[in-house]
Amino acid sequence: MAETGDPVLRITGLNKSFGAVHVLHNVDFTVRLGEVMALVGDNGAGKSTLIKCIAGIHPTDSGQIEFEGRPVTIDGPRAASELGIEVVYQDLALADNLDIVQNMFLGRERRKGLVLDEPSMEEAARETLARLSVRTVKSVRQQVASLSGGQRQTVAIAKAALWESKVVILDEPTAALGVAQTRQVLDLVRRLADTGHAVVLISHNMNDVFEVADRITALYLGRVAADVARTEVTHGQVVELITAGRSGDLGLAPQTAAESI
Amino acid sequence: MSTDIPEGKETALKLADSDFATDRREHDVKSAVLDYWNRLKAGELGALPALIGLASLFVLFTFLKPDTFLSTGNIANLSTQALPITILAMGLVFVLLVGEIDLSAGVASGLCAALMAKLLVEGGQPWYVAVISAIAAGIIIGTAIGWLVAILRIPSFVVSLAFFLGLQGITLWLIGEGGTVPVRDEVIVALATRNMPIWLGWTLAVACAVGYTATQLLRWQRQHARHLHSKPIELVLIQCGVVAAVLLGATYVLSLDRAASPLIELAGIPWGVPLVGTLLIVCTFILGRTSFGRHIYAVGGNAEAARRAGINVVRIRISVFMIGSGLAAISGILAASRLNSVAVSAGAGNTLLYAVGAAVIGGTSLFGGRGKARDAVFGGLVIATIENGLGLLGTKAYLSFLITGVVLLLAASMDALARRRRSNVGR
Ligand SMILES: Nc1ncnc2c1ncn2[C@@H]1O[C@H](COP(=O)(O)OP(=O)(O)OP(=O)(O)O)[C@@H](O)[C@H]1O
Ligand SMILES: [Mg+2]
Repeated sequence: MAETGDPVLRITGLNKSFGAVHVLHNVDFTVRLGEVMALVGDNGAGKSTLIKCIAGIHPTDSGQIEFEGRPVTIDGPRAASELGIEVVYQDLALADNLDIVQNMFLGRERRKGLVLDEPSMEEAARETLARLSVRTVKSVRQQVASLSGGQRQTVAIAKAALWESKVVILDEPTAALGVAQTRQVLDLVRRLADTGHAVVLISHNMNDVFEVADRITALYLGRVAADVARTEVTHGQVVELITAGRSGDLGLAPQTAAESI
Repeated sequence: MSTDIPEGKETALKLADSDFATDRREHDVKSAVLDYWNRLKAGELGALPALIGLASLFVLFTFLKPDTFLSTGNIANLSTQALPITILAMGLVFVLLVGEIDLSAGVASGLCAALMAKLLVEGGQPWYVAVISAIAAGIIIGTAIGWLVAILRIPSFVVSLAFFLGLQGITLWLIGEGGTVPVRDEVIVALATRNMPIWLGWTLAVACAVGYTATQLLRWQRQHARHLHSKPIELVLIQCGVVAAVLLGATYVLSLDRAASPLIELAGIPWGVPLVGTLLIVCTFILGRTSFGRHIYAVGGNAEAARRAGINVVRIRISVFMIGSGLAAISGILAASRLNSVAVSAGAGNTLLYAVGAAVIGGTSLFGGRGKARDAVFGGLVIATIENGLGLLGTKAYLSFLITGVVLLLAASMDALARRRRSNVGR
């Protein structure tokens, strides 16, 4: 049985170019079960590109991906979800006209013969929400159109947690939310890790990162500037890593940081 | 909630939680009614406008034409009048659900009917060969439209407008300028002009009422036993009662002798009615109970979400056009049965607008993602009632056009306003 702290996803030496533009340089990235890994970096640093490589949306040029210790190739979104990698995209991808249960099972409905097995889907959706201590919405049979932004985000995250997913990747889940709803989502992210998932959180908000993350990986112009435990660094250091690629003894060697520009 | 809340965050947590009431699984009557009212206010009108419209039209025409409108003969006439519109509209519901439109459905129904008539009259084929060929032709047309829309991503109104012209051309070529093909095949003609035996009508009506009640109660029982979300049993019973009353009431009226002369007897449910009933059940099942149906709603609600969920959006888009044109073919057959012939103009003119109007009046959204198979029946009845009542009043053609146009516009504005409400309430 996999345990908390075991690396579930390990990426080594990943390179990715779009035509002549070399976006990711020898990226090493490790995610562990029960941990929230924050992925930070300036606009254009390559965060979304990295997770899209993991989610099977972009093919990679070189580098290895190990999942639970085995080398794997992820050649499409299906392959990623079969491994147990779920991505919550920034634009959520929920269908407004369907209810919460229907959205959580979209594309992977349970059936009995020809007929949808609504009772079992409703039960499973409720179980997942309860497991994540989401004091659910008025009803799991409520249409997503009637939910607030935070509630939608909750549904999208719960959807990712519903599948025996091991890695849940969240691309800026709190970017559009107010104070209270950000709170809700951060709590949920924490609970997701506490229930044994490996979580990758992309965020530009240092307060959020320092609140829920266990480790922080900073990308600087497509290179990993640092992969550190949250307790080892200060806000200021992370900001420097993001903006300059180095901070004190942390980060890229001076000439690498300069070269990257 | 968790006990280890960091200091100072408690208020925020409470705030956040206030969004989330406890999950209400079972409603009592009061909360269910309140819920319904809230949904209405939020723009989820469902079938309500169609039902109110139908009731007001009945009152209006009864008042204007007290002797004729509610006569058993006219009610039977009204029911066959609604058949082709309803079936065409049911096909359009599928297309509208994914947010597309098929402007060629009307003329496709005409072309398929013309093909059937030619096969019967000139080909000397038996009725079933003619019918199957007509439906196959419809499905082929739908596949072509669907392919152009889903794969080339040409806007569906352009593709179907081109088909609207092209298919009329083919019909003209098939039948010849100004011509009509008579339809005399017993089985085809019987669909809209002959009636079921009285005993069979009652048997079917009772069977449907019992079947409906049984499925509703079974479902309620299953949900209740597993503590799932369910309606209060009182409402389920009322709903079953209303459906049974409508079924039996209609059967009663249609089983009365409506012959003009006392010498002959003319009574019973027209054969086309159980056909529409069957289509209604099948379509409702597909849309509501299968994953294919669920995916249709998903594509209409958010195509990108559907794609990321691994749904084959292209396949769904093509198949709704196939269903739409296939049902259009059946609608054309019924129209031919009603008129005993197929003219060059079959399915042209306002046929399509009537059907779109029917779907929208019934509660299907022009913006995709919202609608049910039953909308076609309610809306079809509204449109047929307008057509029928204006006919009885001897309204001039220009006025009929005007009135139907206004009704369609009214339905579309209601749809647009409801949509605005929904997006205001959400988020
Ligand atoms: N499909 C693409 N084709 C070409 N270049 C791309 C593509 N996607 C991303 N890039 C480039 O890769 C670089 C990294 O982009 P990416 O979206 O990964 O940044 P990011 O870290 O997610 O930024 P942000 O914080 O703004 O979301 C950018 O320079 C961008 O222009
Ligand atoms: Mg990004």
